[in-house]
Amino acid sequence: MSFILSFLATVGRSTLAWLAGMGRFAIFAGETVSHLARPPFYMREFLHALVQIGWLSLPVVGMTALFTGGALALQIYAGGARFNAETVVPSIVAIGLTRELGPVLGGLMVAARVASSIAAEIGTMKVTEQIDALVTLSTNPIKYLAVPRVLAATLAVPVLVGVGDSIGIMGGWLVGITRLDFNSATYIKNTLDFLENWDVVSGMIKGAAFGFIVALMGCYFGMTSGRGAQGVGAATKSAVVAASVMILAANYILTEVFFTS
Amino acid sequence: MIELRAVQKAFGANRVLRGVNLTLPRGQSMVVIGGSGTGKSVLLKCILGLVRPDAGTITLDGQDVARAERDAFLARFGMLFQGGALFDSLPVWQNVAFRLLRGSLKRPLTEAREIAIEKLRRVGLKPDVADKFPAELSGGMQKRVGLARAIAAEPEIIFFDEPTTGLDPIMSGVINELIREIVVEMGATAVTITHDMRSVRAIADNVAMLHDGVIQWTGPVAEMDNSGDPYLDQFIHGRAEGPIEAVR
Repeated sequence: MSFILSFLATVGRSTLAWLAGMGRFAIFAGETVSHLARPPFYMREFLHALVQIGWLSLPVVGMTALFTGGALALQIYAGGARFNAETVVPSIVAIGLTRELGPVLGGLMVAARVASSIAAEIGTMKVTEQIDALVTLSTNPIKYLAVPRVLAATLAVPVLVGVGDSIGIMGGWLVGITRLDFNSATYIKNTLDFLENWDVVSGMIKGAAFGFIVALMGCYFGMTSGRGAQGVGAATKSAVVAASVMILAANYILTEVFFTS
Repeated sequence: MIELRAVQKAFGANRVLRGVNLTLPRGQSMVVIGGSGTGKSVLLKCILGLVRPDAGTITLDGQDVARAERDAFLARFGMLFQGGALFDSLPVWQNVAFRLLRGSLKRPLTEAREIAIEKLRRVGLKPDVADKFPAELSGGMQKRVGLARAIAAEPEIIFFDEPTTGLDPIMSGVINELIREIVVEMGATAVTITHDMRSVRAIADNVAMLHDGVIQWTGPVAEMDNSGDPYLDQFIHGRAEGPIEAVR
């Protein structure tokens, strides 16, 4: 009997802790969104975040897209060869990259690079009382730290996705003409003929959602970081894991909304 | 004047403040002493609204601080944090002038920089420090920059959280003198938290000892040595034997 009660108490405590965490996150997200539209706006912090999140993520997103485009071309060619459909390589590479792989892999790479960096930076600020110092200097930490980063990521990641799409398609084209004997002009024509504006736009909208998620997770876990190096380490890990899982979940929901109606 | 009445704060099962009553007179320097983990920093954070008390009231000039307009309320305060809490991403002068570069106290950039350099000079730092980043400074210099930031907007009330912790005796003496000079010069109300009895004697007009979540003793610094309070006596003489358990 005592074992059952102890088990139920443990489940109850975990559930309450989880619900409290969700509540704290919801309040933080709501506060961040509400501050997006209210002055003051810290332009310098926004521009700094834009460079950190957008410009400096370009190499990692570009390399990921390049190799993914190349591998995708090889896979589609190998699969298509089973029913003599090798010619679909350019169109499937383009559609696959713009609709799914570009935004998802780009989002995940940005999550690894940016969510961790934001959580570690803000977590360290919390541990060293810099966030308390902000408050005593009449500055709202959410407005000063979270809003510029969330806005920068929401605007920068779609652009990164767009650039990544182009580089990924170029990766497919490179493999197509060097390894799969495609004619360069035919490959490009097939890509352009089958690609629709909505394929690109839907991927960029996903990118904006993923950017929002990445920065929000980084800021939330940073600001709720525990004490010491272990606390900051745990916050960084949680930010990356939560951002990655939420990107994949949001991707499914957005794909349902965009492509099944 | 700041008044705390029956202020309580617990973190889970740990009841840190159990009914603190304390009056901080205007224009005087109060030093709060007490063992590690007795809630001294929590006390300051409760006054500033960084931590919300579970019970009790805190008033500033008769107004409940919980109901005060935050910006106007915080504009009256300056704080030197234990580790300096300087913003790593900003050069020293922007740390010092942080409050003067944004919000209701915003000044033009050149004026804010001039004020920052003047405040750095006031705490004994040369103008060439202004463009360095906090990570390039020694611990003592970071403390002084923190002090310059605390006084940059000339607040009425200044809090100092363990201002000499981690500093060598000479630098501790320099910081103590600076705090005393600044408080006298500005006519500010000062509250300092410290374990360092040299600091207490150098900085304090009044002393309050926090123990077991309540103010165990409070009075003028001149009466501290003859208080007759066994807790205070043990603490100021650093004895292992006495009513305060050495292992806590």
